[in-house]
Amino acid sequence: MASIELKNVSYTYNKSLPSKITAVDDVSLKIDSGITGLIGHTGSGKSTLVQMLNGLIKPDQGEILLNGNNIWADPKKIRDIRFKVGLVMQYPEYQLFADTVEDDIAFGPKNMGIEGEKLNETVESAAFFAGISKEILKKSPFELSGGQKRRVALAGIIAMSPEILVLDEPAAGLDPAGRRDILGGIKVFSKIKNTTVIIVSHSMEDMAMYCDDIIVMAKSKVIAYGTCSEVFSQHELLTSTGLDVPQITRIAAALKKNGIDIGDDIYTVDYAVDKLIEKYKK
Amino acid sequence: MGSDVIFGQYIKGDSVIHQLDARMKIIIAILYIVIIFLAHSVSAFILLIVATAVFIIMTKIPLRLLLKAMKPLMIIIIVTAIINMFWFTGKTLLVKFWIINIYLEGIINSLLIITRIILLIMATSVFLTYTTTPLKLTDAIEYLLGPLKVLHVPVHEFSMMMTIALRFIPTLIDETHKIINAQTARGANFTSGGLISRAKSLIPILIPLFISAFRRADELATAMECRCYTGGDGRTKLNVPKTSCADWIFLLVIIVLGVAVVLLNTFIPIYSM
Repeated sequence: MASIELKNVSYTYNKSLPSKITAVDDVSLKIDSGITGLIGHTGSGKSTLVQMLNGLIKPDQGEILLNGNNIWADPKKIRDIRFKVGLVMQYPEYQLFADTVEDDIAFGPKNMGIEGEKLNETVESAAFFAGISKEILKKSPFELSGGQKRRVALAGIIAMSPEILVLDEPAAGLDPAGRRDILGGIKVFSKIKNTTVIIVSHSMEDMAMYCDDIIVMAKSKVIAYGTCSEVFSQHELLTSTGLDVPQITRIAAALKKNGIDIGDDIYTVDYAVDKLIEKYKK
Repeated sequence: MGSDVIFGQYIKGDSVIHQLDARMKIIIAILYIVIIFLAHSVSAFILLIVATAVFIIMTKIPLRLLLKAMKPLMIIIIVTAIINMFWFTGKTLLVKFWIINIYLEGIINSLLIITRIILLIMATSVFLTYTTTPLKLTDAIEYLLGPLKVLHVPVHEFSMMMTIALRFIPTLIDETHKIINAQTARGANFTSGGLISRAKSLIPILIPLFISAFRRADELATAMECRCYTGGDGRTKLNVPKTSCADWIFLLVIIVLGVAVVLLNTFIPIYSM
């Protein structure tokens, strides 16, 4: 799987104005497999960080390595990096512009120089992963529902077959079914195409359900990075930064306080149920 | 982020000038512009430069920011100055080359014109754009145009439109940046290719931008109707502007400046234009 590494990366907005804000402050980390969740409060620097991963923002300091190579080594080739690190921005449905869904999905691959039959194949396969049915492909993107538009935008990035897929709040504003469809589709895509995925989210439940690893950001820095159970076991650290652990983790903690100990690594409902059954079978 | 746009942008502060009544600031700015145009002699200009410098210091806005704002206007200023220098006929001929005659008076004249333009920009920036929020500014304009209501000019609607337009400029800039980023992430290329291909490359930005602008307009209209907005008739203000002592002192200072400029023009006419 492709790897992406940040070395002492910093970025400041409005450098020359009194209102300057350091959004990312000396962050170092390495992501090289599976689905990694990036959580943090609004304004913790998550969105700035992900925009640096594909070279939309150039870090003021530090370097970003894609498979070991500095992405800014040759600034003229940064466009190639953007094809390798696909970024789905927040509320991507507002970026749709083409006459048909098909054309919109084809925008990225066309920019890469893919044409003809290959282009059709790429578009169809991307549509499949994003859960878009064939009849929708010929429709105008503006006729679709919010959730469908979101999936079209996602397909637009998947169609570029990125080595690393980065999603900024992919499920924001969707209903539970829409969230499951989108996040589930991403998980399947990651498995089948063997792609490293980074998801930014607010929802601890979603993170616990779909991610292998979790990075926690607060005040422009990374304060925790580990597997789900490693991160969610640090209740106090998370709550002190204004974040929360999944509801079920809090329930487990409350149960423990009242004498029913099912362990500290509870972060999905299914797992909690298993543990409870196990405990009472004995 | 639109951090490059400095000219015409409000800079937060709590100086005396920031706190002046916006209506008075508009009157002061207009008077000051008139005074700058009244100035004809070097002596009057020196007085105005000193006065403007004092006003700038009073706003507590870093000089660096003001200079940055001047940058985009530098070309206009330089071209104006050069044209003036070559076309001015005076008494003291300095350079005579082919058809070009440069007179001492010409050089002084262009220097004065440069000073005048810079003073004009500084004056309007210091009194209006830098130190007054757009909201207060449109409110003040509505108030000052108030008498036109008698002639059935829709002053309130006009000012509401201005407020909304100003309010949405940063939002739309933000939106544009987001859309550009999103399309760049899909490999869109806006900087290379011929004229036609560059114009075409703007489509993926313009269409989403227009759609979002219409969507916002629609949402805003609904939100305003939900709060029973029907226009200007019978509408009261939450923050009724009040003139304070400082406002009148400032007005007085400006009037004194004006008188001084006229006097300097007549009694110390060094290199008058």
